[in-house]
Amino acid sequence: MNASTSVNSSDTLTVSSGRSAETRRPPRKRYVFLMSAPALLGLFMFMVLPFLMALGMSFTDQRLLSPNATEWVGLRNYDRLLNISWLVQEPVSDADNHLKQTADGELVYPRLRSVLRKNPEYKEFKEFTHWSFGDKRVVLLAKDPSFIQSIINTLLFVILVVPIQCGTALGLALLINQKLRGIFLFRTVFFSPVVTSIVVVSIVWSFLYHKDLGLFNHYLNAMSFGLIGPVDWLGDPDWAMPSIVLMSAWQAAGVQMLIFLAGLQGISGDLYEAAELDGAGPWGKFVNVTLPGLKNTTIFVVISTTIQAFGLFTQVDVMTRGGPQGSTSTVMYHAVTKGFREQDIAYGSAISVIFFLAILAIALLQKRFFDKREDA
Amino acid sequence: MKRMNISLLSCAVMTTLTFSVGSVMAATSEIKLWRHETSNIKEIEVNKATIDRFNQSQTKWHITAEMIPEGSYTQTVTAAALAGDLPCILDMDQPVVPNFAWSGYLRPLEGLLSQDALDGLIGSAKGTYKGKVYSVGQFDVALALFTRKSILEKYNLRQATYVQPWTKAELLDALAKLKASGEFQYPLAMRTGWTGEWYSYGYAPMLQSFGADQIDRDNYVTSEGVLNGEAGLAWGTFFQGLFDKEYVDRNPSDDKAFVQGRAALDYVGSWEMANHSERWGDDLVVMPVPDFGGGPVIGGGSWQWGITQSCANPEGAAAFVDFMLQPEEISAMSVATGMIPSSPEAAELTEHYQVSGDWRFFYDFSAAFAVLRPATPAYPIISSTFEKMARNIKDGADVQDALDEAVDTIERNISDNKGYGFTQ
Repeated sequence: MNASTSVNSSDTLTVSSGRSAETRRPPRKRYVFLMSAPALLGLFMFMVLPFLMALGMSFTDQRLLSPNATEWVGLRNYDRLLNISWLVQEPVSDADNHLKQTADGELVYPRLRSVLRKNPEYKEFKEFTHWSFGDKRVVLLAKDPSFIQSIINTLLFVILVVPIQCGTALGLALLINQKLRGIFLFRTVFFSPVVTSIVVVSIVWSFLYHKDLGLFNHYLNAMSFGLIGPVDWLGDPDWAMPSIVLMSAWQAAGVQMLIFLAGLQGISGDLYEAAELDGAGPWGKFVNVTLPGLKNTTIFVVISTTIQAFGLFTQVDVMTRGGPQGSTSTVMYHAVTKGFREQDIAYGSAISVIFFLAILAIALLQKRFFDKREDA
Repeated sequence: MKRMNISLLSCAVMTTLTFSVGSVMAATSEIKLWRHETSNIKEIEVNKATIDRFNQSQTKWHITAEMIPEGSYTQTVTAAALAGDLPCILDMDQPVVPNFAWSGYLRPLEGLLSQDALDGLIGSAKGTYKGKVYSVGQFDVALALFTRKSILEKYNLRQATYVQPWTKAELLDALAKLKASGEFQYPLAMRTGWTGEWYSYGYAPMLQSFGADQIDRDNYVTSEGVLNGEAGLAWGTFFQGLFDKEYVDRNPSDDKAFVQGRAALDYVGSWEMANHSERWGDDLVVMPVPDFGGGPVIGGGSWQWGITQSCANPEGAAAFVDFMLQPEEISAMSVATGMIPSSPEAAELTEHYQVSGDWRFFYDFSAAFAVLRPATPAYPIISSTFEKMARNIKDGADVQDALDEAVDTIERNISDNKGYGFTQ
């Protein structure tokens, strides 16, 4: 969207200055290059070059601190990241061919770690998850289960946060797009979470989410007359990610709200008048005038929110440290833990490379999806 | 012309500097020092005062100190090491010293420092790697179990002593009683909300008291059977039980449970002593950590000083570190900050830690129970893995699986690094 705006504006520039251009003919190509050089240089130095370095590093065993010489390890880091396998386990049976059972009546399987350690084919593999089919148990293995888990968590976060955050932003934008006295106050209030440091917001929200002392549980308890027991928001693997989603959407929606507001104010009042004359109610106006009018804005907001959501790190680092049981570990968090805290910068680089390619693919897919709808 | 201007300018700057410093002789060489900017302002003030005293005591060397924010300290030092920009002297958290030493950034201190100064220090004030000392510290901290006399009396609990600490059964019994009373929602505060090094510092000693360890200290390359053996499993089950029975808050929102009377017991380091005694006064009781079978264990090793390989004036740097290790300087640090002095002579000079002092027990705990964290360059990964593992156990993961996974992660990392200088 940014790119297309700049293209548009440069088009209008050429059109308006068309006459003088005819007469003087400045070396346009060189001029364009000159003007974009500072930005390109910055991009090259801080984006392209580090990415190429990361790409190179991901094929080595480079450490942050090490007297050992860096060695070329080929695809080892990628193999460790992405390699997935599976195996089927039969339940353990005793001498009389009866299946062994635990006290709860569950079948007993051979200890997976011993099985994996015995078989060189499964070297370095760990359990990611398992399913039971009859007596048999199918175990899905991965060399780095936390990475797979992190990808799933990150996708879950994106899928949850993008609609919530964009929806909230649109709702707020509609609310504050009124010509009322003192509306600036509301605009400021709605925008204030954005200018608050995310670390501070995370700490404050972990107080709110606290199981026994937190405000949320107190309200829930009071409003449901004690029916809804205390929810361990950040301590329960099922609730931790939704809790972070909610907080993140609240914190960041202000930015998208402003963009939507700008979009709303760009819709001509004539259209609403015309719709009113045709007998459209508020809902009809919203669906048939506002939404189509916000189309480009929405595309931009959705794509930028998606990309931003993929980078989830601070909230997780402050509030849950990837826990409970890996349920909030994200790809960024995994990369920082491996690359810096555990000093395996080559492995961290491999994670970033994969991550970059994944985001690029998703952004391109989104763009294609929206472009197609435009044609249709 | 331009060059002349610059040299003139630098001349002018030099002259002003020389004038402002006073009569610094031409032979004075500058020695750079880095330290982390801790939230403990007194620690920094004492350090600055020591530097001033050293600079005034002689004219050969001049120490210039630079503060680096604590949050990014290790990253800054790592980056400076990679860029070859390390200062002469720097302070480091003791467990990362072997990593820096193995990477070749630190000098061994034997032969550089005076042997008397080295010999005078308690064991946990020295950071070693492969038998050589690479760092020395002015202070240490100790873990303890804080409680209140009134609580012990009310619930008829025995006051643990240095000679006879609580056993695991006594601890669990006390927790059960306190929990059943309904007075304390979570009777034991254990700072589970703290992140990073605290997990290793606070909970690995429990593991060691159970008879397990993070790594086999005979070879420093294997962990199989040491971390995930029976003793490790016993620790993990006990640790998980603390949270399952709601003796300890899984995700505490603050650090004030004990000070506000919400918790009856506080498992934390000696640095909280000042806060606790201010709040509870004579009611406060400091007990040694429980004995889980292998004797009570507490962590050892705090921030310490090392001299870098790239230092051009190692004698000057050593002279300053020697200066810092004088009993008067060590005791000055202890008096101002309340931390445990790192030598017996210095302890005698302080009010709290002298033999008859009221905080002497911390010194005794430290001397008797301290086990240093594994002196291996693999420590950063061990610590990070241990934290992740302990958090998973806390949150209800299968204990044996969590331990096994940690062992696999640690061992693979060590083998990737060719044993970190130890034979595999």
